Amino acid sequence: MGIRTTNKENMYRSPLGAGGNQFLIFVKKECLHIWRDKRTLFILIVMPVVQILLYGFALTNEVKNAKIAIFDQSRDEATMVISDRIAASRYFDLIKNVHSYKDVEATFREGKIRLAVVFPLGFRNDLLHTNHAQIQLIADATDPNTANMLTNYATAIINDYQQSITQNQQLPYSIKTQVRMLYNPELKGAYSFVPGVMALVLMLVCAMMTSISIVREKEIGTMEVILVSPLKPFRIIIAKTIPYLMVSMLNIASILLLSVYVLDVPIAGSLGLLIAESVLFTITSLSVGILISNTAKTQQNAQFTSLMSLFLPTLLFSGFLFPVENMPLPLQVISNIVPAKWYYIIVKSVMIKGLGFTAIWKETLILMGMTMVLLGISIKNFKIRLA
Amino acid sequence: MENSNKNNSVTNSSPIKDGSKVITAKELTKRFGDFTAVDKISFEVEKGEIFGFLGANGAGKTTAMRMLCGLSMPTSGSATVAGYDVYNQNELIKKNIGYMSQKFSLYEDLTIRENIKLYAGIYGLSDARIKEKTAQLLEELHMQGEEKTLVRALPLGWKQKLAFSIAIVHDPAIVFLDEPTGGVDPITRREFWTLIYQASEKGITVFVTTHYMDEAEYCNRVSIMVDGRMDALDSPANLMKTYSAKSMDDVFLQLARKAVRVE
Amino acid sequence: MIADKKNIDLIDSSGNKAAKAITVENIVKTYTVKKTVVDALKGISFAVEKGEIFGIIGPDGAGKTSLFRILTTLLLADSGKATVDGYDVVKDYKAIRNRVGYMPGKFSLYQDLSIQENLEFFATIFNTSIEENYDMIKEIYQQIEPFKTRKAGQLSGGMKQKLALCCALIHKPSVLFLDEPTTGVDAVSRKEFWEMLHQLKLQGITILVSTPYMDEAGLCDRVALIQKGVILSINTPKGITGEFGKPLWSVKANEMFHLMNSIKADPEVESCYPFGQYHHVVFKSQENVKEKLERIAREGNYTGFEVHAIEPNIEDCFMALMNTHNP
Repeated sequence: MGIRTTNKENMYRSPLGAGGNQFLIFVKKECLHIWRDKRTLFILIVMPVVQILLYGFALTNEVKNAKIAIFDQSRDEATMVISDRIAASRYFDLIKNVHSYKDVEATFREGKIRLAVVFPLGFRNDLLHTNHAQIQLIADATDPNTANMLTNYATAIINDYQQSITQNQQLPYSIKTQVRMLYNPELKGAYSFVPGVMALVLMLVCAMMTSISIVREKEIGTMEVILVSPLKPFRIIIAKTIPYLMVSMLNIASILLLSVYVLDVPIAGSLGLLIAESVLFTITSLSVGILISNTAKTQQNAQFTSLMSLFLPTLLFSGFLFPVENMPLPLQVISNIVPAKWYYIIVKSVMIKGLGFTAIWKETLILMGMTMVLLGISIKNFKIRLA
Repeated sequence: MENSNKNNSVTNSSPIKDGSKVITAKELTKRFGDFTAVDKISFEVEKGEIFGFLGANGAGKTTAMRMLCGLSMPTSGSATVAGYDVYNQNELIKKNIGYMSQKFSLYEDLTIRENIKLYAGIYGLSDARIKEKTAQLLEELHMQGEEKTLVRALPLGWKQKLAFSIAIVHDPAIVFLDEPTGGVDPITRREFWTLIYQASEKGITVFVTTHYMDEAEYCNRVSIMVDGRMDALDSPANLMKTYSAKSMDDVFLQLARKAVRVE
Repeated sequence: MIADKKNIDLIDSSGNKAAKAITVENIVKTYTVKKTVVDALKGISFAVEKGEIFGIIGPDGAGKTSLFRILTTLLLADSGKATVDGYDVVKDYKAIRNRVGYMPGKFSLYQDLSIQENLEFFATIFNTSIEENYDMIKEIYQQIEPFKTRKAGQLSGGMKQKLALCCALIHKPSVLFLDEPTTGVDAVSRKEFWEMLHQLKLQGITILVSTPYMDEAGLCDRVALIQKGVILSINTPKGITGEFGKPLWSVKANEMFHLMNSIKADPEVESCYPFGQYHHVVFKSQENVKEKLERIAREGNYTGFEVHAIEPNIEDCFMALMNTHNP
């Protein structure tokens, strides 16, 4: 009657032992849900790519005509020449000569300038008599990349000048540029973005999508039937998470490929270690998702909880946008319970700094502990009955 | 545009008189692509009439009702509701109709009084009138002393009655009820129908869809839609005679079984 | 009381043909919603014989869904005992989960999976396959099989219902729990659904079905009328209407609404409810009732007046029982 006659032996023997078949069809069903919801699938696959690319473009954008101020306390021949050269550069647009540090700060606060060049008193004197002089470059580092580029440009101009006067002398003059970054002294930017996106994407895909998919079954009533079936609750949970684990792996792959080949951010450490740690963090996120689904009653509810309790803390406390060290102590303490913080440290160490497992075993252990606890609670709370 | 001219003479305020038609529909049709959801239905409903609108799931009831409420533009044909044309006077239609669906539009987290005030306010009743109406409505529903109760805490039957009273708080010419009595006990259901009768006594036309066939028998006239067409329209007694049926259930089954299309 | 007790003991020990498919003893269930305690079930008891279609008839909020969830082991009762197929709903929940079929009230299948995929999924998680139990669902499945590659989300209400029933039956359950399977479904599909249930009964399956539609009571072997967590009556449909006790009159006139008001105004009248084209009237004392009604009609100048003595239906009984339980 149009029903396939499958080999019964195959139907009931499964390599996963008793109930393995039930488990496999559940995973298959989950994959179908994801596959057939093309819009969500598209977002899941493309979102990380877009984030990485957007940032890539932001990075390579040249800065032109950045507004600057000069605070010249020396007003001598040398400072004039340097000032002229800087002002003449196409990168800079001198809009103001200021006369005190207070002025410098005020001008920054008004948002009028992105960089200030400060010459100390007796600049030329120092340069000619001690061969050592200093220039201070103060940059608005709320946008760390721009700040970084501007100080680099300015330093290049100053080095140019230094070379031009050194040519006629036997003794090398040296001008030391002292860079001060306002607002974001650590200049977290370029390299910190890739690990940050990885943490965010994994958290979102795993936790939010898992919790939504579990809650959806509660909403449409299928969860009741599945609970009444002989399928063990533990297997339901695992089956629910496997497809999202796979999507996450795909995301990690796309992020790493893009960052290496498009953004030129190399993987300095071991790729195997990086992937292993990512799997660990994925499991952490999945267990958070299951935990959310235990309490959420509607899909919107699950989505909102995921965003508020995962997305924002990950953004704020993982350290990739705002340095944790600069936060008030209570916030620093809070940041410790955000799993993404530890994953972020791990990825940065392995990927950017090229460190090995010995450098991150502590963080790995913390993440593992968190995962065990979360997984334990979420599986224990996953009810074999309703309410 | 031609079809809208005919009734323009009566489109000023309160165009409906006793014994006049509150709804007229002539070959009203709605097509979605190749699919004809509503297929040339023609009927009239009189002032104060209780008009039952039946049909199997997917027969086109909801689409027809949307057109009459001014929420959906017909593909062809003409219709007036409360004297206003469905093509270009839908704002006036909305002012002169009430609507209540199965998932009543009450706000669960507001009190009874707040819900009444809200809807009365939406329909532009004056403050004095709102006060008067609120008192009258609470009395009619025997809910005095409960006005500060959150709607959430009310039994389903109360909510239903409240939702109906609120749907006619602005004394509309006609009230549309979309399966209003699902799931309540038989006594509450009858109390609800008493409210419908009272509204009809006051001259409000009641246009109601239901799955309960005995409720269809409460209506003055019943129409049955099959595959987008209106295959029957008469009083319940006449319908039973025509189809030699013992009950409206029989009539409905005979007609609905002819349906060829699925949702 | 003593006889009852003995009866139950006998069932527990023997497990022979006298054994019940479902027993419910004094089940109590309360919920706390926003600090207010809701009594969903106030100590209800009944038993269902094997192979019976047993209807739980009552409005929303009567406690039907709580009862179904307790019996399908999804919810724990506060107190009381219940068995399904001889197994205790608390202790032996795993055994019960293997042998019952359940269609929850809001059950809507996986909208994005096809008919066949849905069925295959439910067959597999219940450790069986479509082929193995094809006999069980054949009659019903054949009606939707031509559309088996269509997604459940694109099916009509009636077809969805058939698929849901197939999914609940695919593992040959001994007891089938159907929680409001016909709510929101049109009259044609409702009728077809009940025809299917009677087919299933022939295969020996016990069916516990709940519904808010009183007219469906007549399609069950026995029914329990339930209201606000209390069972008002348990009997065969005939037995229930037989318990009505008082003569029932059906009246009709052209001015129905006014007629009802006039009748209700008479102090002799116990109740008057509209029923389709008629009003059903019960008097407190039964002398000269017909004359009394005719007098009311005369005095009110009602036209087209008719009066008949009629047999009560389940809905008449339900309302009468509601009035005796909450006067």
